[in-house]
Amino acid sequence: MRHRLRQFVQRFLSYFRSAQLDRDLEAEMVSHIEFATQENLQRGMSPAEAARRARIRFGGTQQARENQREARSFSLMDELLQDLRFTLRTLRKDRSFTIIALVILALSIGANTAVFSVVNTLLLRPLPFPDSHELVWIAPPPTSCGLSCATYSADAYEEFRDQSLAYQGVTGWEAFSTPDNLRLSGRGEPLPATGIDVIGNFFQVLGVQPAMGRLFTADEARGGPHPVALLADAYWRRQFNADSNIVGKSIELSGTLVTVVGVLPASFDFGAVFSPGAKVDLFTPLDLNQQRNWGNIVTLIGRLKPGVTTAHALQDAERVAPNIYFSTRFPETLGRYKGALIPVPLKQYVTGRLSHSLIALWASVGAILLIAGVNLSNLLLARTAARSKEFALRGALGANRGRIIRQLLLESLVLSGAGAVLGLALAMALIAWLTQQGSLALPLLSTLRIDTQALGWTALVAVITGMIFGLLPGLRMATSNLQDVLKDSGPGAGLGRKHERLRSALVVSEVALACMLLVSAGLLLRSFLKVLDVDLGFQPDRAASIKVDYDDSAPTDEASQTKRGIIFQQILERITALPGVEAAGMADYLPLGPNREWDTPAPQGRTFAPGELPDPLVYVVTPGFIHAMGTRLHGRDFSWSDGPRSERVALINESAARVYWPGEDAVGKILMRGTEQDRVIGVVDDVHEEHVEGGAGSQIYYPVTQQGPNGAQLVVRTKLPPAALAASVLRTLRELNPKQPASEFRPIRTIVDRAVSPRRFFMLLVAAFAALGLLLAALGIYGVISYAVTRQTQEFGVRMALGATPALVQRIVLARTLKLAAIGVAVGAMASIVVSQVIASLLFRTAPSDPATFLAVMFLLIVVALIAGYFPALRATRIQPAVALRCD
Amino acid sequence: MPDSKLDLLQGTLDLMVLQTLAAMGSLHGYGIARRIEQVSGDAVLLNQGTIYASLVRLQQKGWISAEWGTSDNNRKAKFYSITRGGRRQLSADAAYWQRLSGVMDRVLALGERALGKGSDT
Repeated sequence: MRHRLRQFVQRFLSYFRSAQLDRDLEAEMVSHIEFATQENLQRGMSPAEAARRARIRFGGTQQARENQREARSFSLMDELLQDLRFTLRTLRKDRSFTIIALVILALSIGANTAVFSVVNTLLLRPLPFPDSHELVWIAPPPTSCGLSCATYSADAYEEFRDQSLAYQGVTGWEAFSTPDNLRLSGRGEPLPATGIDVIGNFFQVLGVQPAMGRLFTADEARGGPHPVALLADAYWRRQFNADSNIVGKSIELSGTLVTVVGVLPASFDFGAVFSPGAKVDLFTPLDLNQQRNWGNIVTLIGRLKPGVTTAHALQDAERVAPNIYFSTRFPETLGRYKGALIPVPLKQYVTGRLSHSLIALWASVGAILLIAGVNLSNLLLARTAARSKEFALRGALGANRGRIIRQLLLESLVLSGAGAVLGLALAMALIAWLTQQGSLALPLLSTLRIDTQALGWTALVAVITGMIFGLLPGLRMATSNLQDVLKDSGPGAGLGRKHERLRSALVVSEVALACMLLVSAGLLLRSFLKVLDVDLGFQPDRAASIKVDYDDSAPTDEASQTKRGIIFQQILERITALPGVEAAGMADYLPLGPNREWDTPAPQGRTFAPGELPDPLVYVVTPGFIHAMGTRLHGRDFSWSDGPRSERVALINESAARVYWPGEDAVGKILMRGTEQDRVIGVVDDVHEEHVEGGAGSQIYYPVTQQGPNGAQLVVRTKLPPAALAASVLRTLRELNPKQPASEFRPIRTIVDRAVSPRRFFMLLVAAFAALGLLLAALGIYGVISYAVTRQTQEFGVRMALGATPALVQRIVLARTLKLAAIGVAVGAMASIVVSQVIASLLFRTAPSDPATFLAVMFLLIVVALIAGYFPALRATRIQPAVALRCD
Repeated sequence: MPDSKLDLLQGTLDLMVLQTLAAMGSLHGYGIARRIEQVSGDAVLLNQGTIYASLVRLQQKGWISAEWGTSDNNRKAKFYSITRGGRRQLSADAAYWQRLSGVMDRVLALGERALGKGSDT
């Protein structure tokens, strides 16, 4: 055994002293021949004969060298190194091929790595919480109604928490806070901040530990004597310059001194998980006692006990639900939540909706990889065809076929490896860019990164791609007959033709794959255009909004309403007087954002079965808001004379009107809320409240002078670009209220853009992949046709010598191109019919078999194919018969 | 190809080299090759060059050692000699070969008797 170990070490060491070993061997061989010659001379041979015989007896010196080298080292490694050196040399020599191959590989592998990271983050990886599989989101089954459907009253939360057996902890947050709902003052000009009230045990249940300081105590969670807050990492860095002594300091939030008790870790991003595209700056404990009369206000999140499944939790919730009150003060509200407490894995709630889109995205990058592989296979085939003589010669000189295949495989692996490195750089840039897209409403984007899994995936993709596109030409080469190749004269006959058939088949499959991608992209694009075309019920362009700070505190509701009316009227008068402003109004909630509902109004004098009446979404607005949003109104708008003491009035939307008074004009009718009467003074268009793509439910509007709004968003409709007005609007608000924070004056368009951003994101990516696929397919067609023209140079020369016109030659080449493209398109179109059914759920008001899309794609592919074939065709017409016939 | 010459089986050359060195003491490559040819009565098909692969292999295993020296006719040459480990290996290998050739003799004799035919050599 010892000698084996010794031999292993020696063999290994031989790599480092191979120059010395080679020199020794040379010297030995020289003296060997001399000894032999000497002996032959002594036998009486002539000097020339003696030397000749000596060399014959010795055998090939080169062979001896190789034998010795093989014996002293690891032969496989030796050969690999040799092959590698050879590969690098060939690739350097064939620079244009190498560059094209690397670009193709970098793009396709980069796209794959980036998409894998997105899929991995959103779909495969667990949520960024410890034991996140235990976390569940508790909500009614998905319905058309808004967020307040997915919320529960303070009483319901406590009952559920206390009666359920399945949970280690149940928590939630106050669901109806709006962006910029707080004002940070006492540090120069007041600044807006976004805060969320969370139930005291929120971070404990999620398993989030503070980076500094501590979490809320039980006392603080019950509305303890001192207001406290936890800062989000990003806010702490941005607003407080990462002050390491922040814990214990007080900050002034909306006029109240609040003590910072801790800073949350960077890994915790509330917006990324629960409210994609939004940022939350700080967290304050929610005092449930103060919220008891506010109806459904908290969301529910639970952490299951270890080993409890979602199914168990559901059974438990069904057992508990009938025993839960909406409000324990009203016994008749017992059982209101029956069937409305359904736990689903939190992960599913956060990213479940996206799984279809993500899988489609993954499939489309997979298709890109396939096309790229086919394309490279094709390029390599062309190269091996050109190099077949080289290989045949090497074969004749003793290289075995295995070695030649290995050589080809190594070439493709080196290429795909280099492509993977470039692709990784590309993917990193892409991911870095994506994480900065704060306005993109996709969850968990900020946690995107290239991790070891993504690296592993890249390596896997690179190796598989390399194997696939290297093996085919290699096998092709190995099965061809050496003698035939050597006998072949010129790039014309035999192997060339076989190659061409294979290459044509590859191009057809490329075109078919590109066709599938293009059809998918086309359908998604059409859906996206349809989404943009949706009548939202308001005009998002040329309007912008800003969060307005005001103080309407007064001893009574009525006094507060009056005070608010005066403040708002003043603000609106001043704003409307600004040059460029067409209209202005205020509302507490804007469409496509958070919203709430609070009652079940019923039309006076009619009876409905329980559950038949909707809970409309409520907007508390000023006169002029409907006009400023560009929503159509039938009847009259609110006026400033609709005060606390005048008749209660409301506006309803068309959907509500249809439910309450089908077939009748709702204007002038009375809605009852308990004993309160509201006169409907107008009917407005349905406004898309939650999604651009969803329909609208019932909506009701109340005047700010008769109900209490939850904050105020000023909406300004302008003739100027909103940015031009931002400064004067803020200045005007500051003049009226010095505490007005420097909130953003946000175009309403951005709200819509954010709402459609996931669809745009997926559409753009698939479209980009389809474009890449088209480019690769065009490249493939060009390659095959171009090669065919080269091969037929002589034939065309003969034809032209015999009188064929350049136009005829061009037609022949183009006809061949068209044939390839047509077969590819036909196959692709048939496959697309299947694919489009699979992505049907991602489409919006677009039929999966949309003829316009199919026809456009087919037309596009044929045109691109003809363009790709045009250049070789042009070359064919320029063949000089005399030159062509002379050349070999 | 003259069928009187024997193709060398894998490993036999190494054994021949060891035996030659054990019998002759220190020799250079040419000397070893010549010696093997002479002993075999030129019956072995040997490109003398192949001896160097065998030599480096044996050296790496530590069975022989090498040293540059000067030959009788004043030429620089590398002289090989067997080590103690080489001698041990030689006796083991020699015993193995003797056993194997005994077995082969018996097997081939059995074949001739049972099949009643000449072998296809």
